[in-house]
Amino acid sequence: MPMYNLNINGKQHKAEVSDDTPLLWVLRDHLGLLGTKYACGIATCGACTVHLNGEAIRSCVLPVSSVGNAQVTTIEGLSANGEHPVQKAWDEVDVPQCGYCQAGQIMTAAAFLKKNPNPSDKEIVEAMNSNICRCGTYHRIKDAVKIAAKNMK
Amino acid sequence: MSTSKIASPNRRQFLKTTTLAGGGLFLSFDLFSKNSSSRMKVQSGEADLVHFNSYLSIDPDGTVTIFSPNPEVGQGIKTSFPMIIAEELDLDWKKIKVVQAPLDTKRFERQVAGGSRSTPHSWKRLREAGASARNLLLQAASAQWKVPMDQLSTSMGMIHHKATGKMEHYGAFAGAAAKLDLPKEIPLKDPSQFHTIGTWVKGVDNMEVFTGKTQYGLDIYKPGMKQAMIVRAPAFGLKLKSVNGEAAKSMPGIEEVVSFNNRVAIIGKSTWEIMKARKALNIEWQKDTDLESSEMHNKILSDMIGSGKMETRRAEGNIEQAFKDAVKTVESEFQCPFIPHNSMEPMNFYADVREDSAELVGPTQNPESARNAVARLLNLSQDKVNVVFTRMGGGFGRRLNSDFALEAAELSKLIKSPVKVTWSREDDMTGGIYRPACKYKFKAGLDANGNMIAFQLRAAGINSGNPSRENNFPVGAIDHVLVESSDYKSPITTGPWRAPITNFLAGAEQIFFDEVAEAAGKDPVALRLEWVAKAKAKPVGKVLYEPDRFKAVIDLVAEKSQWFKKKKGVYKGFSVYFAHSTYVAQVAEVVKVKGKPVVKKVYCAVDCGILVNQSGALNQIVGSVVDGMGAAMYGRLTFKEGSPNETNFDKYRMIRMGEIPDVEVHFVKNTIDPTGLGEPALPPVSGAIGNALYRATGIRYRDQPFIDYMNEGKAGAGQNM
Repeated sequence: MPMYNLNINGKQHKAEVSDDTPLLWVLRDHLGLLGTKYACGIATCGACTVHLNGEAIRSCVLPVSSVGNAQVTTIEGLSANGEHPVQKAWDEVDVPQCGYCQAGQIMTAAAFLKKNPNPSDKEIVEAMNSNICRCGTYHRIKDAVKIAAKNMK
Repeated sequence: MSTSKIASPNRRQFLKTTTLAGGGLFLSFDLFSKNSSSRMKVQSGEADLVHFNSYLSIDPDGTVTIFSPNPEVGQGIKTSFPMIIAEELDLDWKKIKVVQAPLDTKRFERQVAGGSRSTPHSWKRLREAGASARNLLLQAASAQWKVPMDQLSTSMGMIHHKATGKMEHYGAFAGAAAKLDLPKEIPLKDPSQFHTIGTWVKGVDNMEVFTGKTQYGLDIYKPGMKQAMIVRAPAFGLKLKSVNGEAAKSMPGIEEVVSFNNRVAIIGKSTWEIMKARKALNIEWQKDTDLESSEMHNKILSDMIGSGKMETRRAEGNIEQAFKDAVKTVESEFQCPFIPHNSMEPMNFYADVREDSAELVGPTQNPESARNAVARLLNLSQDKVNVVFTRMGGGFGRRLNSDFALEAAELSKLIKSPVKVTWSREDDMTGGIYRPACKYKFKAGLDANGNMIAFQLRAAGINSGNPSRENNFPVGAIDHVLVESSDYKSPITTGPWRAPITNFLAGAEQIFFDEVAEAAGKDPVALRLEWVAKAKAKPVGKVLYEPDRFKAVIDLVAEKSQWFKKKKGVYKGFSVYFAHSTYVAQVAEVVKVKGKPVVKKVYCAVDCGILVNQSGALNQIVGSVVDGMGAAMYGRLTFKEGSPNETNFDKYRMIRMGEIPDVEVHFVKNTIDPTGLGEPALPPVSGAIGNALYRATGIRYRDQPFIDYMNEGKAGAGQNM
C-alpha cells in the first residue's frame, strides 16, 4: 500500500492506506483526528467538511491520492483554542443541540466567509444549504454566520 | 419561601463527605438516591471520582463540581440540570465545573433521555440537593463565626455576615458542613428569587463541540479494538440462508467474516477497507415471511379504518344517536408514511465481552435498558455489565432501543475481541425501527348552531401499538365520543420517533378541526376557545388537561400573531396541542412567491411551566418546529418487496436552511413546575402549516409528505431564500 505524506493543520502526517481511501477515513481511522464526522458518506450532508487549500470540501468522497501537497485544515486546526471568529460566534449564539454536524457547519462557514466577508442573507443561506442539521439549529447557524462576518471585519 | 419536607429518613442521608488526598474535602450528594442505605465509596484521588454517581463537590478553594446524571442527546440536560442545583445553592454559574456522571442504577433513577420527562422527574430532587447543601453550609458558618444562622446570607458561592462584614466562600465550610445532620425541612426558594433559572445559559460543552474534541460513540477507538460492520437482511421478511465470505476475507485489512442471528459481520482494521470488502460478500437470503410493499400497506390501512374490527379506546354518550341528530357531518382521512430517525451520527456501539464481564461504550438514550438487555443476552448479572454512555449525535427515540448494543455484544463474544460496530448511513436508514405508518378517519357531527356534538376517530397503524391518543383535547368537551384503534403486525420494525404517534396524529387532528370550523362557519381559534370553556364548565368524562392553560396559550398566540387581523397576501393556519405535559399553540403564515406557497413564519405560544434555561428551551422549540416541518414536508420511507427504497440523503430529503420559516416563540409566564420541551412543540406544527397551506392553495394537506401535493402541479414548493 502506498505511503502518503499529508499536510494537515500545518503538520506533516504519514498514512499507509490504499489510494482510494477517502480523506475522512484517513483522518479518523489512521490519524486520530476525530473532529471530522461521518454521516452520509456520499457528500450530501456536509458533516465531514474540511478545508483543502482553504476551500470547503467533502472529505468523505475525496480520495487520499488526490490530496497531494494541498494543505488540509480540519476543525482541530481551524484555531488553536476555539478562538476563530466563527467558533466564537457559534458560542455567542449557543448554536448546538446534539452538536454532531457543527464541525462541518463551522468549516463550511469559515471557508465561505473568507471568500465572501460581506454576505447577504441570501448568500449565507445558499452557502449553508449544503449542510444538514437534524436537530434544526439552522436559525442559530444563520445568526452566528452573520455575527462572525461582523466580527471578522 | 416554600419548604420541602424530607419525608423519608433515608433521604436525609444522601449527603456525605470525605477527605481527599491532599486535604480537599468533598461534600457529596446522592441526588437521586432510591437506596440511601448504600454508602458512597469515596476514595482519595481524581482517579476514583469516576466511581461516583451524581454528586456535588466543593473544594477547599471553593470550586464546585456538579455531576449531571442524564444522557446528553442535544436536549441540553447536561447544562440545565446543574443550573437547578446552582440556583438553590446560590452558586456563581461561571465558576462551576459540570461533569457527566456514569450509569449507576443504585444511586440514580431514570438515567434516560426520552419522553420529555427528564426535567419534570428531577426538578424537585435537584432543588432539594442544592438547598440542603446551602443549609448545611450556613449551619457550619453559623457555628464557626458564632453568629445566628438567620443573620447569614449567601450569594455567588459566598457566605456573608452583614453586621461584622465577614465573607468567606463555601469551600471554607465544606468540611464542617458535611459532618452535620440535615434539617427536617429544607426551605426552597420562591421562584421570584431565581437568579440562574430562567436565564440564558450556553451549553457547558460548547467549546469542546466547536473544536471537535467532544467524544461521540463513533469516536471511540481503544487499543486492541477491531472494527466491524454488520450486514442485515436487505428486506424485512428475509432470513439468512448462506454466506460465502472468502472473497471478502482475501481483501486487504479484512480479518474475519462471521454470521450470527440473521446477520453477517465483517471484521477488519479500518472502516474503509470494511466498506469496500462488504460488497464482495456473497450472501444468500431466503423468504421468512411476506415481503411487504407500500402499496400493500396503503390497502391494509384503508381496509382497517374502513370496516376493520377495532378496539374501543374511549366512548362517551351515544355516538350513533348523535350522528343521527346531527344536521351536518364532516369526515376526512389522513395518512402518514414510515420515517427513519436519521440522527446525524449513525448507530454504533463498542463492546468488549469477556468470560465473566462486559464493557460497552456508545451512544444510548437508555443506558440502563441497554445494560439489562446485554446482561440477559450474555447471561451475566447486571453488575458485571458496564455501559458507558457517550454524548449522542442525535437520538429522536432511535437510541431508546438497544439493538445496536446487543449486536455489538454478541459479535464481541463471538470473535472474542473488543470491537466497534459502525452502521453506514445506508445501514442506519434501512436497518429498521421506524416511525410507524398510520391512517386516521375522523368524523364530526354538528348541530344546527355549528356545535360539534359528536366526534369519532378510527385509528389504524402498522406496528404502532395504540395509534390513537384517546384522551386528547377536545375529548372532555364533546358529549358524544368514540375513539377506536387497531394495529397491523408487520415484519417491518418500528419504535418511538420524537413525540411518538402525536408527531402525525396532532397535525391530522388540527387540520380536521380546521375543516370542522369551516363547516360550522366558525373561526378556528374561537372554536377551540368554545371547547376549552366547555371542558372547564361541563367536562365530559375524565379530562387530562387543564382548560385554563389551554386557553392561555391559545390567547397568547392569537394576540402575538394578530390572528384576528387580516394581512394582505398572508395565509394563516392555527393549531394547538397538549402533549408531554406541555401546552403549545401555533400560527403558521404562508405567502406566495411567484405563485408558489412558502411557509414564512411560525408563531409559538408555549406553557412549559417555569423556564429553566432560556437558550435551551428556545433551541428545543425552534428545532422542533424545523424538525416537524421537515418530516411533514418531505419525510417518507417506502417499501418494495420488504426493502426500503430510500437509503441515504440523496433519496431521502431532509429540511435545509433554505426552507426554514422565521420562528417567534412566546412563553406563558407562571410558577408551575417545569415540564419537558424535547418533543411538545413538534406535534402541532404540521397542523398549523397544513391549515395555512390550505388557505393559500385551497388544498387540504391531509397526507404526508406535503411535497406530493406540491409536485402534482396543484401548487409548487417555494424556497425561503
